Amino acid sequence: MLPDQLQTIWVYLAATPLLGLTLTLVVYLIGQFLFLKSRRMPLLNPVLVAVVLLILLLKLTGTPYQTYFQGAQFVHFLLGPATVALAVPLYRQLPVLRRSILAILAALVAGSLTAALSAMVIARSLGASPSIILSLAPKSVTTPIAMGISEQIGGLPSLTAALVLLTGICGAVIGVAILDRLRINDPKARGLALGVACHGIGTARALQDSETAGAFAGLAMGLNGLVTALLVPLLARLF
Amino acid sequence: MIACLALLLVCQLTGEVIVRMTHLPIPGPVIGMGLLFLGLVIRGKTPPILEETANRLLSHLSLLFVPAGVGIMMHLGLIGANWLSIGVALLISTAVTIAVSGWLMQRLAARGR
Repeated sequence: MLPDQLQTIWVYLAATPLLGLTLTLVVYLIGQFLFLKSRRMPLLNPVLVAVVLLILLLKLTGTPYQTYFQGAQFVHFLLGPATVALAVPLYRQLPVLRRSILAILAALVAGSLTAALSAMVIARSLGASPSIILSLAPKSVTTPIAMGISEQIGGLPSLTAALVLLTGICGAVIGVAILDRLRINDPKARGLALGVACHGIGTARALQDSETAGAFAGLAMGLNGLVTALLVPLLARLF
Repeated sequence: MIACLALLLVCQLTGEVIVRMTHLPIPGPVIGMGLLFLGLVIRGKTPPILEETANRLLSHLSLLFVPAGVGIMMHLGLIGANWLSIGVALLISTAVTIAVSGWLMQRLAARGR
């Protein structure tokens, strides 16, 4: 094929949402294939692999994120209805939920405080600037809440969005290994921990662990957003 | 299938409207999740078709985070300049949070039984 013919095709593809959408699905399938082939090696987490491959691809071709997102937004949009759908596994856990509501609330508040305080203390002791410390504080809650909190306390909302995603990927990679090492076998506790520490990405990982874990992760993610929105503005005054 | 998707979207939409009206610090879809949960509690059971649609959608929840994840590329400079403090804080904080909340939940849930 002639180079200028290739150029014409590229100009066409770069302008339609088709390429971004197709790439997202194909790269995710590659990530999932590697994850299953490697017998679920944590570092080959499908989200991590897909994100790294796509960033490399966009950087190499000089494609701006906005162009990619024009196609990828169709996948992104499904996050909303999928979050609503978490009510279904949650409802299945209703009897367990009734029995352990106090335990859930206690673990939730402890988790929310630990997530925000530890991140701020560590970042400050390593010499991070105040705006980075404040941007880190709401890293464990779902992106829209985290960005709102970040703005309220004087962080950088768009940096917070990136940190939230890194936290989620980090938790999906190391979370299950930590729970196994500490012999936390109760699926309720496994799900809650993943949901509190790493929001939706943790919930997605918990759903792969077991259905009960997924339901508790979804619940923890939702409630943690509320708890953190109340607690972090108070904690931020200490920094 | 279409009816279920419409139901999910209606819950999300209602959630967004509630957020706009009350200025609650919670995203619309999370309120929508609460609304659907309440609806199921009132109804007393999940229709099988909704069960199936929800399972389908949730079985690939990870995929839905990829587009937003690629957005990290917009901040590579700032993150790169502070990679040590950000990296250590994220890694240790996430690990400790998982350990603390998981351990506490397991202890308290066992006691409540």
